[in-house]
Amino acid sequence: MITLRDVNKTYYTEATSLHVLKGIDLHIEQGDYVSIMGASGSGKSTLLNILGILDNYDTGDYYLNNKLIKDLSETQAAAYRNEMIGFVFQSFNLINFKNAMENVALPLYYKNISRKKRNAIALEYLDRMGLKDWAYHLPNEMSGGQKQRVAIARAIISQPKILLADEPTGALDSQTTEEVMQLLGGLNQTGITTIIVTHEKAVADETRKVIHIKDGLIQNIQHN
Amino acid sequence: MFDLDRWQEIWYTIKHNKSRSVMTAFGVFWGMFMLVCMVGAGSALKNGMESTIDGFATNSCFVYDQQTTEPYKGFKKGRNWSIQNEDIPLLLKGVPEIQYLAPVLFGGQGANNVVRKDKSGTFNIKGNYPSYNKIEENKLIYGRYINDIDIAEKRKTCVIGERVSEVLFGKNVNPVGQNVKVMGIYFQVIGVARSISQVNLGGRGEESVVLPFTTMQQAFNMGTKVHFIAATAIPGVRVKVIEEKINQILKKQHNIAPSDKAAIGGFNIEEQFTMFLYLGIGIAVLIWIVGAGTLFAGGIGVSNIMLVTVRERTKEIGIRRALGATPRTIIRQIISESIVLTLMAGIAGLMLGVGLLSLVGLVLSQTDSFFQEPQISFAVAIVSLVILLVIGILAGLVPANRAMTIKPIEAIREE
Repeated sequence: MITLRDVNKTYYTEATSLHVLKGIDLHIEQGDYVSIMGASGSGKSTLLNILGILDNYDTGDYYLNNKLIKDLSETQAAAYRNEMIGFVFQSFNLINFKNAMENVALPLYYKNISRKKRNAIALEYLDRMGLKDWAYHLPNEMSGGQKQRVAIARAIISQPKILLADEPTGALDSQTTEEVMQLLGGLNQTGITTIIVTHEKAVADETRKVIHIKDGLIQNIQHN
Repeated sequence: MFDLDRWQEIWYTIKHNKSRSVMTAFGVFWGMFMLVCMVGAGSALKNGMESTIDGFATNSCFVYDQQTTEPYKGFKKGRNWSIQNEDIPLLLKGVPEIQYLAPVLFGGQGANNVVRKDKSGTFNIKGNYPSYNKIEENKLIYGRYINDIDIAEKRKTCVIGERVSEVLFGKNVNPVGQNVKVMGIYFQVIGVARSISQVNLGGRGEESVVLPFTTMQQAFNMGTKVHFIAATAIPGVRVKVIEEKINQILKKQHNIAPSDKAAIGGFNIEEQFTMFLYLGIGIAVLIWIVGAGTLFAGGIGVSNIMLVTVRERTKEIGIRRALGATPRTIIRQIISESIVLTLMAGIAGLMLGVGLLSLVGLVLSQTDSFFQEPQISFAVAIVSLVILLVIGILAGLVPANRAMTIKPIEAIREE
């Protein structure tokens, strides 16, 4: 499903350069439930962004579904993201002026699905998240947990093969964290490869595989 | 395809930045408003110029005698000469390109030169042929114009101007058949005329008394002298051609050096009209340059505000791109916003401009102003809207390009 070979990434500023990923080798099978842990600046979010085709890498190879992800045009990258990958962010990243249903339906808009059809599908997904009654509410009318559930519904509405979550529980209390993790675990059981970046051990313990990163290198992979 | 989401977002952007949108759109609004007003003012000027010349043959020229400036065939320079009756048939024969030819006399200057009973006034006295009415057209309020029989029989008849009639007979009185005394001689009024053109030779038509040419020559002892020759060219022939031929014949007939440019005076209405025409085109071009420049400046304002909008929406653009928005989708979104903002403002400016022009047109129609009917044509409105559309697209290009440089990951990270 996902194979990385000797992937390197360096960020350059005017004065300095920062070698964030120093030769990552990684293989993730379809349906895996993986967490990536590490201290701040260890390179875990950079790795997730490269996996999500949100960022480029400098050297090495990244294969997604046996396709080499390198030097893609923006249009190709957009199509891949839309087809293959769902994102969940720590700060939810919902669009403020769209209600919950419209936010969830947004990926389908880019698949040219009619408004009526995509709204109907979005309502189904919100129902699955227990938020049907909140469909017409704006994000600022919702709690953090509700927002994250809306974000998860949006991430999976395209039926992606991979779900990438960057600190999905970072802004949530412990009870909501548990609810969100149950949701993510449930989604993984439907066959979606789920990769979570987190610094919370309790969250990582929920996954089957924990990848520890330190200073841009994979230190070890722990199987739960 | 109608895309409600896109229009919803355009509306959101405009609505949630009301004051900024209004300020930005004002540039385009004002540019369009000014363009419409200037084009309208230009059309009023053109209409004014056209109405001035309306009723006057624009394919005409006028020729008159002046002192010679060169010695020729034993004659010294500075000799006075005059056009004579005998020249007329020679000209008609020698210049087949002449459509109408009318010799003209002026005369009878002096106070109270036209009298009727106890009323009198000072008016212009002209001696015309019937053909002159083909060159400087008069509308007859009463009666008829001078005809060939008046000329042939040297009848003591006259056509008086509307103002002359009012002074001598009063308003709304038909004076046809009455007599007036012109410089001591009685003439019977056969018509009352109103000049259609605002260009009148020898004074305003309304304040003139026109006598048969032959009668005037004989009654006032003018011999066979002709003061002016008015001529028009047949369609397809330039007036300059007949003017030159007339000059050649007159020079030959009156022993004037062919190279003497000052001995024969004249003016060519066609040339004047062409000058007016070019002046009108020049003004129109200037108006469009200034107007389009103002619109363009408004477009730059829109572009600037779109840049700010893109900056403010960096995160949103990043999220959209993460969710699968292609660069084309984003570009289309931003350019659509720019077009909508530009068109809305432009159409408002267009409507207000047209409204103002209608109002001014209404006021002008009540007055005797030179400017007439300020308006813009449908074609101008369409062209303006097309210009707006182009400006809208251009204004959106720079911000759209800026949006394209935003990397999804950087945008998402932005707080």
